[in-house]
Amino acid sequence: MRFIIVIAAKEIRTYFSSPMAYVVSAAFLGITGFFFVASVSDAFAEASIRGYLAGAVFFMIFMSPALTMRLIAEEQKLGTLELLLTSPIREFEIVLGKFIAAFVMTAIMIGLSLYFILVLFVYGDPDIGPLLSGFLGLGLYAGTTLAVGLFASALSSNQIVGLVVGSGILTALTIIDFVSARLTGLASQILDGFQLGASFSVFDLDSFGVAQGGHFADFAKGIVSVSDIAYYVSLTAVFLLLTVLVLEARRWR
Amino acid sequence: MIKIEHMSKSYGPYPAVIDISFEVLRGEIVGFLGPNGAGKTTTMRVITGFTPPTEGVVTVSGYDVVSHSLDVRRHIGYLPETVPLYLDMTVTDYLKYMGEIRGMNSSWVKERLPLVIDMVKLGEYRNTLVGRLSKGYRQRTGIAQAILHEPDVLIMDEPTIGIDPIQVVETRELISDLGREHTLLLSSHILPEVSAICSRVLVINDGRIVADDDPDALSEKLQHAERIEVSVRGVDAPAFISAMREIPVVIDARTDHRASVVQRAERENFSPFIVDARPNANAAELVAKSVIDNGWGLSNLTPLPMTLEEIFLELTTEENLGE
Repeated sequence: MRFIIVIAAKEIRTYFSSPMAYVVSAAFLGITGFFFVASVSDAFAEASIRGYLAGAVFFMIFMSPALTMRLIAEEQKLGTLELLLTSPIREFEIVLGKFIAAFVMTAIMIGLSLYFILVLFVYGDPDIGPLLSGFLGLGLYAGTTLAVGLFASALSSNQIVGLVVGSGILTALTIIDFVSARLTGLASQILDGFQLGASFSVFDLDSFGVAQGGHFADFAKGIVSVSDIAYYVSLTAVFLLLTVLVLEARRWR
Repeated sequence: MIKIEHMSKSYGPYPAVIDISFEVLRGEIVGFLGPNGAGKTTTMRVITGFTPPTEGVVTVSGYDVVSHSLDVRRHIGYLPETVPLYLDMTVTDYLKYMGEIRGMNSSWVKERLPLVIDMVKLGEYRNTLVGRLSKGYRQRTGIAQAILHEPDVLIMDEPTIGIDPIQVVETRELISDLGREHTLLLSSHILPEVSAICSRVLVINDGRIVADDDPDALSEKLQHAERIEVSVRGVDAPAFISAMREIPVVIDARTDHRASVVQRAERENFSPFIVDARPNANAAELVAKSVIDNGWGLSNLTPLPMTLEEIFLELTTEENLGE
């Protein structure tokens, strides 16, 4: 446990001393702000964060891997991974520490956008349920995208590879319904079950939507279901485990 | 402290190290000498628990590197060949972090840090970003992280590679000092470096250990001698030896006293000798000519296999430390 905290603390410090965290946070605030404003500025618009959530889940496909791409790839490039792996630390402690650091950065980023809610309360009368479920879902969703990004970062010593592979996996999970729509029966159902949650319908000015069949849709509506939570938690766990396995495999090369 | 028994390591089908065995005792400074690609780094990575051996048993301070990897890693300080540094941290922050991931508590770090920074003479750079340091000072920072947690065993992979000549001298002095307190295994492809620092040298080539000796004996063997076994009939030893010493390229000649040779010599009635000569000087030819010119019977003349010399040709034998 101590090692996890040591590693997380170091990575958070590094985030604040490099421009990446600031750039990603600024982009996140700008983009989600745009979708938030666009979704609530119509006359008679609903006082909700649906637009904000749709923008956030869509752009996290690229932002999460951007936040995590450095974490393991750079250790490999600098050779410091050899030091970590010859220190009395287990692989899972390294992976969890780095995951927690990225998650804390994302939480700070999301925290900075909470003033949107203040705006809603000042100018409208939002439902509290969907707000709470929305942020719960967003946290779970962020965890999953960061775990995928961390896994991609472990694959090579090249950060760009980490970014592209991470975003690639997340994009594939996002557009999986393009494939499932062309299939029928069980195969289609199974693929639908993997729908990550974001949707290109975020660009549709009438709906600012998330994927209808995806695991995020209910969170956006104010419904918290066990199956959605289980999906995000298990996908996160699987990718963190894969990251540990990739690091362990390094030893055998 | 380090015990390696019949260790082999392959990367897929490619063997990197083949059936090596050796032991490093407490307080020894052992140099690991060999050309690039001989298996030095692989052996060190096995000892440090970075990668498991394919076969054989390796223990450090009595702990097996596979089954008690974490215990091994607690007792080792390691400086890999590419000095592993976080360029965006200051020297002090970097060393603190390194101490923490080695499991040191903060009061221990606080106590050790000034001592270690002093030892590697990094005082004036303690708040400098590691990325701004010159290569020699980065090396010192790397050495500092390796000794911070007072490890029993210190492993250094090519610790003077790529730094400028003046800093090479200083770094060697530093390493020699460390050797007084630690068990130390360092690798190098430079013979004079190993001779200057180490009390014992292991020569490794193509994944096998081909020599294990003290540096003086090794230098002697490698640099100055080509060994020839000569068997001669009808001569007494002093006459032969003085005749050999008259040949300019011969360094020394003596009677061969090895039991197996002596027995055969008595049976077949010849006198066995060993002649050491300067290498690459056609010594065998000159020896044969001298024997025949003196009218003795030459019954055998064998230049010994020159594995060490061959390896040595690939090693850096001389170094230019600049003006």
